[in-house]
Amino acid sequence: MKPLTSIAELVQQAEAQGCGLHEAALQVELQVNGQSREAVLAQMQQRLDVMRDSVVRGLAVRQGRSLSGMTGGDAARLGAWLEGHTPTTGAIVSRAMLYAIAVNEVNAAMGCIVAAPTAGASGALPGVLFSLQEGLGLSEETVLHGLITAGAVGVIIGWRAMLSGAEGGCQAEVGAGAAMAAAAAVEMQGGTPRQAAHALAITFKNMLGLVCDPVAGLVEVPCILRNASGAAQALVAADLALAGIESLIPPDEVIDAMGQVGRLLDVRFKETAQGGIAASPTGRRLAAQLRSEWNSS
Amino acid sequence: MSNARPTSLFDIIGPVMVGPSSSHTAGAVRLGQIARAILGGQPEAVLVELHGSFALTGQGHGTDRAVVAGLLGLTTYDARIRDSLSLAEQAGMEVRFAATDLGPGAPPNSLRLTMHKGDSECRMVGSSVGGGLVLISTVDDYEVDFSGAFHTLLIVSQDRPGTINAVTNWLAAHQINVAFFSVSREERGGNSIMVIETDDPIPPAVTEGLASFPWVHWVRHIQRITEI
Repeated sequence: MKPLTSIAELVQQAEAQGCGLHEAALQVELQVNGQSREAVLAQMQQRLDVMRDSVVRGLAVRQGRSLSGMTGGDAARLGAWLEGHTPTTGAIVSRAMLYAIAVNEVNAAMGCIVAAPTAGASGALPGVLFSLQEGLGLSEETVLHGLITAGAVGVIIGWRAMLSGAEGGCQAEVGAGAAMAAAAAVEMQGGTPRQAAHALAITFKNMLGLVCDPVAGLVEVPCILRNASGAAQALVAADLALAGIESLIPPDEVIDAMGQVGRLLDVRFKETAQGGIAASPTGRRLAAQLRSEWNSS
Repeated sequence: MSNARPTSLFDIIGPVMVGPSSSHTAGAVRLGQIARAILGGQPEAVLVELHGSFALTGQGHGTDRAVVAGLLGLTTYDARIRDSLSLAEQAGMEVRFAATDLGPGAPPNSLRLTMHKGDSECRMVGSSVGGGLVLISTVDDYEVDFSGAFHTLLIVSQDRPGTINAVTNWLAAHQINVAFFSVSREERGGNSIMVIETDDPIPPAVTEGLASFPWVHWVRHIQRITEI
Protein backbone atom coordinates (compact mmCIF):
# COMPACT_ATOMS: atom_id res chain seq x y z
CA MET A 1 0.00 0.00 0.00
CA LYS A 2 1.36 3.41 -0.90
CA PRO A 3 1.75 6.11 1.74
CA LEU A 4 -0.66 9.01 2.07
CA THR A 5 -0.18 11.55 -0.70
CA SER A 6 -3.55 13.27 -1.07
CA ILE A 7 -5.99 14.90 1.33
CA ALA A 8 -8.83 14.24 -1.15
CA GLU A 9 -8.09 10.50 -1.14
CA LEU A 10 -7.89 10.38 2.65
CA VAL A 11 -11.24 12.19 2.96
CA GLN A 12 -12.75 9.86 0.38
CA GLN A 13 -11.56 6.77 2.25
CA ALA A 14 -12.94 8.09 5.53
CA GLU A 15 -16.29 9.02 3.98
CA ALA A 16 -16.60 5.65 2.24
CA GLN A 17 -16.15 3.87 5.55
CA GLY A 18 -18.10 6.37 7.60
CA CYS A 19 -15.10 6.89 9.88
CA GLY A 20 -12.83 9.80 10.86
CA LEU A 21 -9.61 10.78 9.10
CA HIS A 22 -7.70 9.24 12.01
CA GLU A 23 -9.11 5.78 11.33
CA ALA A 24 -8.44 5.99 7.58
CA ALA A 25 -4.90 7.20 8.34
CA LEU A 26 -4.33 4.43 10.86
CA GLN A 27 -5.25 1.78 8.29
CA VAL A 28 -2.62 3.17 5.91
CA GLU A 29 -0.06 3.34 8.74
CA LEU A 30 -0.56 -0.34 9.59
CA GLN A 31 0.25 -1.25 5.99
CA VAL A 32 3.29 1.02 5.73
CA ASN A 33 4.64 0.28 9.19
CA GLY A 34 3.99 -3.46 9.33
CA GLN A 35 3.16 -3.32 13.05
CA SER A 36 -0.03 -4.25 14.86
CA ARG A 37 -2.76 -1.71 15.58
CA GLU A 38 -2.05 -2.03 19.31
CA ALA A 39 1.68 -1.39 18.83
CA VAL A 40 1.10 1.70 16.68
CA LEU A 41 -1.47 3.12 19.10
CA ALA A 42 0.80 2.45 22.08
CA GLN A 43 3.74 4.20 20.41
CA MET A 44 1.52 7.16 19.46
CA GLN A 45 0.29 7.34 23.06
CA GLN A 46 3.92 7.43 24.27
CA ARG A 47 4.60 10.40 22.03
CA LEU A 48 1.45 12.12 23.29
CA ASP A 49 2.70 11.55 26.84
CA VAL A 50 6.09 13.14 26.03
CA MET A 51 4.25 16.09 24.45
CA ARG A 52 2.19 16.55 27.60
CA ASP A 53 5.33 16.33 29.77
CA SER A 54 6.96 19.05 27.68
CA VAL A 55 3.98 21.35 28.28
CA VAL A 56 4.03 20.66 32.01
CA ARG A 57 7.78 21.25 32.24
CA GLY A 58 7.53 24.45 30.22
CA LEU A 59 4.85 25.81 32.55
CA ALA A 60 6.83 24.90 35.67
CA VAL A 61 9.85 26.96 34.62
CA ARG A 62 9.88 30.46 36.12
CA GLN A 63 13.27 31.97 35.33
CA GLY A 64 14.57 29.62 32.63
CA ARG A 65 16.59 30.96 29.74
CA SER A 66 17.64 29.43 26.46
CA LEU A 67 21.29 28.50 25.79
CA SER A 68 21.84 31.84 24.05
CA GLY A 69 20.05 33.79 26.76
CA MET A 70 17.85 35.51 24.14
CA THR A 71 14.58 33.90 25.24
CA GLY A 72 12.77 32.26 28.15
CA GLY A 73 10.16 33.24 30.69
CA ASP A 74 7.38 34.16 28.25
CA ALA A 75 5.23 31.16 29.17
CA ALA A 76 5.53 32.18 32.82
CA ARG A 77 4.66 35.77 31.88
CA LEU A 78 1.55 34.77 29.91
CA GLY A 79 0.50 32.19 32.50
CA ALA A 80 0.67 34.75 35.31
CA TRP A 81 -1.27 37.32 33.28
CA LEU A 82 -4.00 34.81 32.44
CA GLU A 83 -4.53 34.19 36.15
CA GLY A 84 -5.95 37.66 36.70
CA HIS A 85 -7.26 38.68 33.28
CA THR A 86 -9.87 37.70 30.72
CA PRO A 87 -8.07 37.40 27.39
CA THR A 88 -9.95 38.68 24.35
CA THR A 89 -8.87 35.53 22.53
CA GLY A 90 -10.90 33.42 24.96
CA ALA A 91 -9.92 30.64 27.32
CA ILE A 92 -9.11 27.93 24.77
CA VAL A 93 -7.11 30.06 22.31
CA SER A 94 -5.14 31.75 25.09
CA ARG A 95 -4.30 28.40 26.69
CA ALA A 96 -3.27 27.03 23.30
CA MET A 97 -0.84 29.94 22.93
CA LEU A 98 0.44 29.41 26.48
CA TYR A 99 1.11 25.72 25.93
CA ALA A 100 2.73 26.33 22.55
CA ILE A 101 5.17 28.85 24.05
CA ALA A 102 5.87 26.50 26.97
CA VAL A 103 6.89 23.66 24.63
CA ASN A 104 9.10 25.85 22.45
CA GLU A 105 10.82 27.34 25.50
CA VAL A 106 11.59 23.81 26.69
CA ASN A 107 13.00 23.11 23.22
CA ALA A 108 15.18 26.24 23.23
CA ALA A 109 16.55 25.28 26.67
CA MET A 110 17.60 21.79 25.50
CA GLY A 111 14.63 20.03 27.06
CA CYS A 112 12.85 17.01 25.59
CA ILE A 113 10.07 17.58 23.05
CA VAL A 114 8.33 15.77 20.21
CA ALA A 115 9.07 17.28 16.81
CA ALA A 116 5.69 18.04 15.21
CA PRO A 117 6.70 18.19 12.41
CA THR A 118 10.02 19.79 13.46
CA ALA A 119 11.61 20.89 16.73
CA GLY A 120 11.18 24.55 15.78
CA ALA A 121 7.48 23.93 15.15
CA SER A 122 6.93 21.60 18.10
CA GLY A 123 4.57 23.88 20.04
CA ALA A 124 1.50 24.62 17.90
CA LEU A 125 0.10 21.10 17.83
CA PRO A 126 0.36 20.28 21.56
CA GLY A 127 -1.00 23.76 22.28
CA VAL A 128 -4.16 22.98 20.34
CA LEU A 129 -4.52 19.36 21.49
CA PHE A 130 -4.24 20.02 25.21
CA SER A 131 -6.14 23.33 25.36
CA LEU A 132 -9.06 21.65 23.58
CA GLN A 133 -8.90 18.61 25.84
CA GLU A 134 -8.92 20.80 28.93
CA GLY A 135 -11.43 23.37 27.70
CA LEU A 136 -13.96 20.91 26.28
CA GLY A 137 -13.33 17.98 28.64
CA LEU A 138 -12.34 15.64 25.80
CA SER A 139 -11.26 12.03 26.42
CA GLU A 140 -7.65 10.89 26.01
CA GLU A 141 -8.80 8.70 23.10
CA THR A 142 -10.16 11.76 21.29
CA VAL A 143 -6.84 13.56 21.72
CA LEU A 144 -4.96 10.50 20.44
CA HIS A 145 -7.23 10.51 17.39
CA GLY A 146 -6.39 14.19 16.90
CA LEU A 147 -2.68 13.40 17.02
CA ILE A 148 -3.07 10.68 14.38
CA THR A 149 -5.06 12.99 12.10
CA ALA A 150 -2.37 15.66 12.52
CA GLY A 151 0.34 13.14 11.63
CA ALA A 152 -1.53 12.06 8.50
CA VAL A 153 -1.88 15.65 7.34
CA GLY A 154 1.86 16.12 7.94
CA VAL A 155 2.76 13.08 5.83
CA ILE A 156 0.73 14.51 2.94
CA ILE A 157 2.31 17.97 3.30
CA GLY A 158 5.77 16.39 3.32
CA TRP A 159 4.93 14.37 0.26
CA ARG A 160 3.40 17.17 -1.82
CA ALA A 161 5.46 20.12 -0.57
CA MET A 162 8.10 20.16 2.19
CA LEU A 163 8.47 20.29 5.97
CA SER A 164 11.52 22.37 6.76
CA GLY A 165 12.34 26.03 7.01
CA ALA A 166 15.52 25.45 5.04
CA GLU A 167 13.50 24.14 2.11
CA GLY A 168 10.28 26.16 2.23
CA GLY A 169 10.39 28.83 4.92
CA CYS A 170 8.40 28.95 8.14
CA GLN A 171 5.14 28.26 6.28
CA ALA A 172 6.52 24.72 5.89
CA GLU A 173 7.27 24.43 9.62
CA VAL A 174 4.92 26.41 11.87
CA GLY A 175 2.49 26.70 8.93
CA ALA A 176 2.49 22.92 8.59
CA GLY A 177 2.21 22.40 12.34
CA ALA A 178 -0.76 24.76 12.45
CA ALA A 179 -2.46 23.11 9.46
CA MET A 180 -2.02 19.71 11.11
CA ALA A 181 -3.46 21.10 14.35
CA ALA A 182 -6.43 22.68 12.54
CA ALA A 183 -7.51 19.35 11.05
CA ALA A 184 -7.07 17.69 14.44
CA ALA A 185 -9.13 20.42 16.15
CA VAL A 186 -12.06 19.86 13.78
CA GLU A 187 -12.06 16.09 14.27
CA MET A 188 -11.72 16.35 18.05
CA GLN A 189 -14.82 18.57 18.10
CA GLY A 190 -16.87 16.11 16.03
CA GLY A 191 -16.50 17.78 12.65
CA THR A 192 -16.56 15.82 9.40
CA PRO A 193 -13.47 14.69 7.46
CA ARG A 194 -14.35 17.24 4.79
CA GLN A 195 -14.48 20.03 7.39
CA ALA A 196 -11.13 18.94 8.81
CA ALA A 197 -9.63 19.10 5.32
CA HIS A 198 -10.97 22.60 4.75
CA ALA A 199 -9.64 23.75 8.13
CA LEU A 200 -6.11 22.83 7.08
CA ALA A 201 -6.56 24.51 3.72
CA ILE A 202 -7.80 27.72 5.38
CA THR A 203 -4.86 27.65 7.81
CA PHE A 204 -2.30 27.33 5.03
CA LYS A 205 -3.91 30.07 2.97
CA ASN A 206 -3.60 32.38 5.97
CA MET A 207 0.05 31.52 6.56
CA LEU A 208 1.27 31.31 2.98
CA GLY A 209 4.62 32.99 2.39
CA LEU A 210 5.73 33.02 6.02
CA VAL A 211 9.53 33.26 5.96
CA CYS A 212 12.08 31.44 8.13
CA ASP A 213 14.27 34.21 9.55
CA PRO A 214 15.76 33.08 12.88
CA VAL A 215 17.90 35.62 14.71
CA ALA A 216 21.50 34.32 14.87
CA GLY A 217 20.26 31.15 13.17
CA LEU A 218 18.85 29.86 16.44
CA VAL A 219 15.42 28.27 16.97
CA GLU A 220 14.18 31.02 19.27
CA VAL A 221 13.25 34.38 17.75
CA PRO A 222 10.72 34.52 16.12
CA CYS A 223 10.09 30.75 16.29
CA ILE A 224 8.73 30.54 19.84
CA LEU A 225 6.04 33.21 19.47
CA ARG A 226 5.19 32.03 15.96
CA ASN A 227 4.14 28.72 17.45
CA ALA A 228 1.66 30.64 19.62
CA SER A 229 0.22 32.39 16.59
CA GLY A 230 0.18 29.08 14.69
CA ALA A 231 -1.88 27.48 17.45
CA ALA A 232 -4.31 30.43 17.42
CA GLN A 233 -4.56 30.33 13.63
CA ALA A 234 -5.39 26.61 13.75
CA LEU A 235 -8.30 27.25 16.12
CA VAL A 236 -9.55 30.19 14.03
CA ALA A 237 -9.58 28.00 10.92
CA ALA A 238 -11.22 25.12 12.79
CA ASP A 239 -14.09 27.38 13.87
CA LEU A 240 -14.57 28.65 10.33
CA ALA A 241 -14.59 25.10 8.96
CA LEU A 242 -16.95 23.80 11.65
CA ALA A 243 -19.35 26.59 10.66
CA GLY A 244 -19.40 25.09 7.15
CA ILE A 245 -17.10 27.62 5.50
CA GLU A 246 -14.97 25.99 2.83
CA SER A 247 -11.77 26.90 1.01
CA LEU A 248 -12.70 27.64 -2.61
CA ILE A 249 -9.33 26.13 -3.56
CA PRO A 250 -9.20 22.39 -2.68
CA PRO A 251 -6.84 21.43 0.18
CA ASP A 252 -4.37 19.49 -1.99
CA GLU A 253 -4.04 22.46 -4.35
CA VAL A 254 -3.42 24.76 -1.39
CA ILE A 255 -0.63 22.46 -0.16
CA ASP A 256 0.84 22.43 -3.67
CA ALA A 257 0.70 26.24 -3.70
CA MET A 258 2.57 26.31 -0.39
CA GLY A 259 5.21 24.08 -1.98
CA GLN A 260 5.49 26.39 -4.96
CA VAL A 261 5.87 29.47 -2.74
CA GLY A 262 8.48 27.60 -0.69
CA ARG A 263 10.56 26.72 -3.73
CA LEU A 264 10.37 30.30 -5.06
CA LEU A 265 11.28 31.93 -1.74
CA ASP A 266 14.70 33.56 -1.79
CA VAL A 267 17.34 31.59 0.08
CA ARG A 268 17.70 34.52 2.50
CA PHE A 269 14.26 33.58 3.86
CA LYS A 270 15.04 29.90 4.34
CA GLU A 271 16.75 29.48 7.72
CA THR A 272 19.99 31.16 6.64
CA ALA A 273 19.50 34.13 8.99
CA GLN A 274 20.26 36.48 6.06
CA GLY A 275 16.82 38.06 5.72
CA GLY A 276 13.68 39.16 7.54
CA ILE A 277 13.97 39.95 11.23
CA ALA A 278 17.30 38.05 11.41
CA ALA A 279 18.72 40.74 9.12
CA SER A 280 17.22 43.66 11.07
CA PRO A 281 19.80 45.94 12.74
CA THR A 282 18.97 44.52 16.17
CA GLY A 283 18.93 40.95 14.83
CA ARG A 284 22.37 41.44 13.33
CA ARG A 285 23.70 43.08 16.49
CA LEU A 286 22.48 40.17 18.67
CA ALA A 287 24.01 37.65 16.27
CA ALA A 288 27.38 39.45 16.32
CA GLN A 289 27.29 39.66 20.11
CA LEU A 290 26.61 35.91 20.44
CA ARG A 291 29.35 35.05 17.97
CA SER A 292 31.92 37.01 19.94
CA GLU A 293 30.75 35.36 23.21
CA TRP A 294 31.13 31.91 21.63
CA ASN A 295 34.55 32.73 20.19
CA SER A 296 35.85 33.83 23.55
CA SER A 297 34.49 30.81 25.46
CA MET B 1 12.28 16.76 8.30
CA SER B 2 14.60 16.37 5.34
CA ASN B 3 14.16 16.14 1.61
CA ALA B 4 13.30 12.50 2.19
CA ARG B 5 9.55 11.94 1.79
CA PRO B 6 7.79 10.97 5.00
CA THR B 7 5.83 7.73 4.84
CA SER B 8 4.88 7.02 8.45
CA LEU B 9 2.91 9.03 11.02
CA PHE B 10 5.98 8.67 13.24
CA ASP B 11 8.11 10.54 10.70
CA ILE B 12 5.89 13.54 11.41
CA ILE B 13 5.00 13.12 15.09
CA GLY B 14 8.63 12.71 16.12
CA PRO B 15 11.42 12.22 16.75
CA VAL B 16 11.22 12.49 20.50
CA MET B 17 14.29 14.61 21.10
CA VAL B 18 16.11 17.14 23.21
CA GLY B 19 15.97 20.52 21.48
CA PRO B 20 16.50 22.97 20.06
CA SER B 21 17.12 21.74 16.51
CA SER B 22 16.54 18.38 14.87
CA SER B 23 19.50 18.91 12.55
CA HIS B 24 21.91 20.69 14.92
CA THR B 25 21.08 18.75 18.08
CA ALA B 26 19.36 15.38 17.43
CA GLY B 27 21.43 14.78 14.28
CA ALA B 28 24.62 15.65 16.16
CA VAL B 29 23.79 13.13 18.91
CA ARG B 30 23.26 10.52 16.23
CA LEU B 31 26.65 11.28 14.62
CA GLY B 32 28.28 10.78 18.03
CA GLN B 33 26.43 7.48 18.55
CA ILE B 34 27.54 6.14 15.17
CA ALA B 35 31.14 7.21 15.80
CA ARG B 36 31.07 5.36 19.11
CA ALA B 37 29.80 2.23 17.36
CA ILE B 38 32.51 2.49 14.69
CA LEU B 39 35.24 2.87 17.30
CA GLY B 40 33.75 -0.07 19.17
CA GLY B 41 33.29 1.71 22.48
CA GLN B 42 33.82 4.97 24.28
CA PRO B 43 36.78 7.06 23.14
CA GLU B 44 39.40 8.07 25.70
CA ALA B 45 40.12 11.19 23.68
CA VAL B 46 38.33 12.87 20.81
CA LEU B 47 38.88 15.86 18.57
CA VAL B 48 35.56 17.28 17.32
CA GLU B 49 35.98 19.46 14.23
CA LEU B 50 32.86 21.36 13.21
CA HIS B 51 32.21 22.62 9.68
CA GLY B 52 29.81 25.18 8.18
CA SER B 53 26.59 25.86 10.08
CA PHE B 54 27.71 23.41 12.80
CA ALA B 55 30.68 25.71 13.44
CA LEU B 56 28.73 28.97 13.07
CA THR B 57 25.66 28.21 15.21
CA GLY B 58 26.71 25.01 16.94
CA GLN B 59 27.18 26.49 20.38
CA GLY B 60 23.76 28.13 20.40
CA HIS B 61 22.19 24.85 19.30
CA GLY B 62 24.17 22.73 21.75
CA THR B 63 25.81 20.84 18.87
CA ASP B 64 29.02 20.47 20.91
CA ARG B 65 27.19 18.91 23.86
CA ALA B 66 25.06 16.80 21.52
CA VAL B 67 28.05 15.19 19.77
CA VAL B 68 29.68 14.39 23.09
CA ALA B 69 26.38 12.96 24.41
CA GLY B 70 26.27 10.61 21.43
CA LEU B 71 29.89 9.57 22.04
CA LEU B 72 28.88 8.78 25.63
CA GLY B 73 26.07 6.55 24.31
CA LEU B 74 23.17 8.82 25.29
CA THR B 75 19.99 8.84 23.17
CA THR B 76 18.55 11.85 21.32
CA TYR B 77 15.92 12.20 24.06
CA ASP B 78 18.19 11.97 27.11
CA ALA B 79 17.77 15.02 29.36
CA ARG B 80 21.46 14.76 30.34
CA ILE B 81 22.57 15.95 26.88
CA ARG B 82 22.93 19.50 28.15
CA ASP B 83 25.34 18.28 30.86
CA SER B 84 27.35 15.99 28.60
CA LEU B 85 30.60 17.97 28.79
CA SER B 86 30.85 17.44 32.53
CA LEU B 87 29.68 13.82 32.13
CA ALA B 88 32.55 13.30 29.69
CA GLU B 89 35.00 14.75 32.19
CA GLN B 90 33.69 12.39 34.88
CA ALA B 91 33.95 9.48 32.44
CA GLY B 92 37.58 10.36 31.66
CA MET B 93 36.90 11.30 28.04
CA GLU B 94 39.15 14.09 26.89
CA VAL B 95 37.29 16.33 24.42
CA ARG B 96 38.69 19.08 22.21
CA PHE B 97 36.72 21.24 19.77
CA ALA B 98 37.87 23.10 16.68
CA ALA B 99 36.28 24.82 13.70
CA THR B 100 37.30 23.42 10.34
CA ASP B 101 36.62 23.68 6.63
CA LEU B 102 35.84 20.31 5.06
CA GLY B 103 35.67 21.85 1.58
CA PRO B 104 32.93 23.18 -0.69
CA GLY B 105 31.41 19.74 -1.27
CA ALA B 106 30.64 19.14 2.40
CA PRO B 107 27.02 19.72 3.50
CA PRO B 108 26.52 22.72 5.85
CA ASN B 109 26.13 20.65 9.02
CA SER B 110 29.21 18.42 8.88
CA LEU B 111 31.88 17.30 11.30
CA ARG B 112 35.04 15.21 11.55
CA LEU B 113 35.75 13.15 14.64
CA THR B 114 39.22 11.82 15.45
CA MET B 115 38.92 9.31 18.26
CA HIS B 116 41.46 7.44 20.34
CA LYS B 117 40.94 4.35 22.47
CA GLY B 118 43.91 2.35 23.67
CA ASP B 119 46.26 1.99 20.71
CA SER B 120 43.58 2.49 18.10
CA GLU B 121 42.72 5.70 16.29
CA CYS B 122 39.56 6.11 14.22
CA ARG B 123 38.34 8.99 12.07
CA MET B 124 34.82 9.62 10.85
CA VAL B 125 33.30 12.38 8.72
CA GLY B 126 29.52 12.77 8.74
CA SER B 127 26.74 15.27 8.16
CA SER B 128 23.36 16.05 9.64
CA VAL B 129 20.97 16.41 6.73
CA GLY B 130 17.71 17.46 8.42
CA GLY B 131 15.00 16.10 10.68
CA GLY B 132 17.62 14.26 12.76
CA LEU B 133 18.76 12.22 9.77
CA VAL B 134 22.51 11.81 9.17
CA LEU B 135 24.92 10.54 6.51
CA ILE B 136 28.39 9.14 7.14
CA SER B 137 30.81 9.88 4.29
CA THR B 138 34.22 8.76 5.53
CA VAL B 139 35.50 6.12 7.94
CA ASP B 140 39.29 6.29 8.40
CA ASP B 141 40.47 6.67 4.79
CA TYR B 142 37.52 4.87 3.22
CA GLU B 143 34.72 6.66 1.38
CA VAL B 144 31.38 5.32 2.58
CA ASP B 145 27.73 6.36 2.33
CA PHE B 146 25.28 5.19 4.97
CA SER B 147 22.63 6.75 7.19
CA GLY B 148 22.09 4.48 10.17
CA ALA B 149 18.44 4.16 9.11
CA PHE B 150 19.08 0.42 8.65
CA HIS B 151 20.96 -2.17 10.67
CA THR B 152 24.48 -1.57 9.38
CA LEU B 153 27.64 -3.67 9.25
CA LEU B 154 31.08 -2.29 8.44
CA ILE B 155 33.64 -4.92 7.48
CA VAL B 156 37.27 -4.04 6.81
CA SER B 157 39.10 -6.92 5.17
CA GLN B 158 41.80 -7.87 2.71
CA ASP B 159 40.79 -6.98 -0.83
CA ARG B 160 40.78 -10.43 -2.49
CA PRO B 161 38.41 -12.54 -4.59
CA GLY B 162 35.50 -14.30 -2.91
CA THR B 163 35.14 -12.11 0.15
CA ILE B 164 31.86 -10.50 -0.91
CA ASN B 165 30.38 -13.87 -1.75
CA ALA B 166 31.44 -15.30 1.59
CA VAL B 167 29.92 -12.41 3.53
CA THR B 168 26.59 -12.40 1.67
CA ASN B 169 26.33 -16.19 1.95
CA TRP B 170 26.94 -15.97 5.67
CA LEU B 171 24.17 -13.36 6.04
CA ALA B 172 21.78 -15.34 3.83
CA ALA B 173 22.42 -18.46 5.91
CA HIS B 174 21.18 -16.47 8.92
CA GLN B 175 18.08 -15.21 7.10
CA ILE B 176 19.33 -11.61 7.01
CA ASN B 177 18.11 -9.67 4.00
CA VAL B 178 20.54 -7.11 2.59
CA ALA B 179 18.94 -3.79 1.64
CA PHE B 180 22.10 -2.00 0.39
CA PHE B 181 25.66 -3.15 -0.17
CA SER B 182 28.75 -1.19 -1.15
CA VAL B 183 32.49 -1.76 -1.24
CA SER B 184 35.28 0.76 -1.34
CA ARG B 185 39.01 0.14 -1.07
CA GLU B 186 42.32 1.85 -0.52
CA GLU B 187 44.06 0.17 -3.45
CA ARG B 188 43.86 -3.12 -5.37
CA GLY B 189 45.04 -5.98 -3.20
CA GLY B 190 45.12 -3.74 -0.14
CA ASN B 191 42.25 -3.40 2.28
CA SER B 192 38.61 -2.77 1.48
CA ILE B 193 35.53 -1.79 3.44
CA MET B 194 32.10 -3.32 2.93
CA VAL B 195 29.09 -1.35 4.09
CA ILE B 196 26.05 -3.59 4.44
CA GLU B 197 22.64 -2.22 5.40
CA THR B 198 20.08 -4.86 6.30
CA ASP B 199 16.33 -5.03 6.88
CA ASP B 200 16.69 -7.60 9.65
CA PRO B 201 18.46 -7.11 12.97
CA ILE B 202 21.96 -8.63 13.15
CA PRO B 203 22.50 -10.93 16.16
CA PRO B 204 25.91 -10.72 17.90
CA ALA B 205 26.73 -14.30 16.84
CA VAL B 206 26.48 -13.29 13.17
CA THR B 207 28.86 -10.36 13.69
CA GLU B 208 31.29 -12.59 15.62
CA GLY B 209 31.14 -15.17 12.85
CA LEU B 210 32.11 -12.55 10.29
CA ALA B 211 34.98 -11.37 12.48
CA SER B 212 36.37 -14.91 12.57
CA PHE B 213 36.93 -15.09 8.78
CA PRO B 214 40.75 -15.07 8.47
CA TRP B 215 40.83 -12.23 5.92
CA VAL B 216 38.61 -9.92 8.01
CA HIS B 217 40.45 -7.24 10.00
CA TRP B 218 37.49 -5.88 11.92
CA VAL B 219 33.70 -5.79 11.93
CA ARG B 220 31.44 -3.18 13.47
CA HIS B 221 27.71 -3.32 13.96
CA ILE B 222 25.81 -0.04 14.04
CA GLN B 223 22.35 -0.32 15.50
CA ARG B 224 19.48 1.14 13.54
CA ILE B 225 18.25 4.56 14.61
CA THR B 226 15.69 3.85 17.29
CA GLU B 227 13.74 6.16 19.51
CA ILE B 228 10.47 5.96 21.38
